[in-house]
Amino acid sequence: MSRTIKASAVFLGVVALLALVGPWLSPNDYVTTNFEKLLAPPSVGGMHFFGTDDLGRDLFVRTMLGVRVTLIVAIVASMVSLVIGVAYGAVAGYVGGRVDAAMMRAVDTLYALPFIFFVILLMVAFERNFLLIFVAIGAINWLDMARIVRGQTLSLREREFVEAARLAGAGTTRIIFRHIAPNLVGIVVVYVTLTIPQAILVESFLSFLGLGVQEPQTSLGALVNAGVGRMESASWTLLIPAALLALILMSFNFLGDGLRDHFDARQAS
Amino acid sequence: MLRYTLLRILGAIPTLLLVIALAFVMVHAAPGGPFADDRVVSPDIEANLNTAYDLDDPLPKQFLRYVGGLLRGDLGPSFRYVDRSVSELIGGALPYSLMLGAAAMSLALVLGVGAGTLAALRQDSVLDRLIMGFSMTGISIPVFVVAPALILLFAVKLKWLPAGWSGAPGVGRYVLPVVTLALPQIAYIARLTRASLIDVLGRDFIRTARAQGLGTATVVRVHALKPAMLPVLSYLGPAIAAILTGSVVVEEVFGIPGVGQFFVRGALNRDYTLVLGIVVFYASLIVALNLVVDVLYGVIDPRVRYR
Repeated sequence: MSRTIKASAVFLGVVALLALVGPWLSPNDYVTTNFEKLLAPPSVGGMHFFGTDDLGRDLFVRTMLGVRVTLIVAIVASMVSLVIGVAYGAVAGYVGGRVDAAMMRAVDTLYALPFIFFVILLMVAFERNFLLIFVAIGAINWLDMARIVRGQTLSLREREFVEAARLAGAGTTRIIFRHIAPNLVGIVVVYVTLTIPQAILVESFLSFLGLGVQEPQTSLGALVNAGVGRMESASWTLLIPAALLALILMSFNFLGDGLRDHFDARQAS
Repeated sequence: MLRYTLLRILGAIPTLLLVIALAFVMVHAAPGGPFADDRVVSPDIEANLNTAYDLDDPLPKQFLRYVGGLLRGDLGPSFRYVDRSVSELIGGALPYSLMLGAAAMSLALVLGVGAGTLAALRQDSVLDRLIMGFSMTGISIPVFVVAPALILLFAVKLKWLPAGWSGAPGVGRYVLPVVTLALPQIAYIARLTRASLIDVLGRDFIRTARAQGLGTATVVRVHALKPAMLPVLSYLGPAIAAILTGSVVVEEVFGIPGVGQFFVRGALNRDYTLVLGIVVFYASLIVALNLVVDVLYGVIDPRVRYR
């Protein structure tokens, strides 16, 4: 395990912990406006660690709330894509033949589509709600997972224990879910780590455009959007959430990449 | 080759129809009509509106009419921009988006392939580490963070380049948007090129070429680069989709009057036909460009033609 992986993991752990307990460390909450202190710069003495926004709301608490929302959306969305991706990939890989060819051709086709536009279309057509965002993001991020899982299943299918299960009379469904799926856990964990930053990206993209999380709730994308309008006079409203978002994404990418290399190396040996 | 191209074109048609149907059904399955959240109108007026926009017909009939209109380049009227058709709105905004996208894509290809090749040839050197570190950063930082960061640095602090669009005629106003849009793609293409070139350089035919006494430059240029470009070529489809997605943000942040800005406005105003029209337009564009990529793939790698 390299130092980058460890550093990323530690950073993510600290951020997650802060997001969880951070709001209690501050005397402020995320909705109370204070018109005496509009756009106050960050200060420890003034109890606004990250300053305040244009309504005088405390940005430390709002940023921590934003991290919380961003992480929750990302984790739930990744779980949705995990379920779809594993089921789809395992079935394609195990059944094989024409079914496999057709299913993978569909994945190839879907790959190139601008899914995010469909998500926005969905947001326009239906009332925006949290659940819809989760499901929509999960529904667009399963393609990679399906490909990886299928590849892995193709090789697992030929192993003795699968043959043994088949000889013992187990049906296709049972073999896929009881015998193949547990053996996919390692690689799936690695790729979930790589799916999470993609989900974060989509969520913050939507929130940035004003199509995601609605006020007074917030997310890192929404905070960056608010900061863009104030960057000349109050650059901290942009820089803090933007840097935090970039660091979180980078850590997940480094972590996922590192884990994948580690896992690949182990498999090769 | 002709047969292969024709087969590809035939294969793209069902994809296109599926995409249009998906977008159409999504919009029309929504609870309430397009006028539902407007100010309260009398039932008579609403009935008249529905008749005027043909919303009373059964869904399949509406869909067929929509596809028929598409074939004639007619995407229907906009629900929010009075007296403008969706085709007019897209047509007026398209040149800006096209310019932006094409410039970003070219920049991404040139710099991405260049940097990736350099990194592959100097594998594990300081330069390689630098390029890969930069590219990991480029992949991780979202476009909507890069855009304001670049504005803050180059327009507000250094005052080298214009921050917005309207007050700055000339080429200068394209620089920051194009760079913003290209950055993540440069990063991704550099990584792809590096990995693929390292793989190709380890193959037997490269060893043969070297054994014949060819210099590194010739080996890379004549023998290695072409097969190494195949993964990059297959990434072009997703790259185009990513650039279109990114252009929505870039146009919004820099105030460029392109298609992406209409898309966001349309989404926020719930302009159903406009948003539907742009999704259909973008999806068709992507399917068409993917077709081009597929055919190019057949040109570079003849093996795929006979599968």
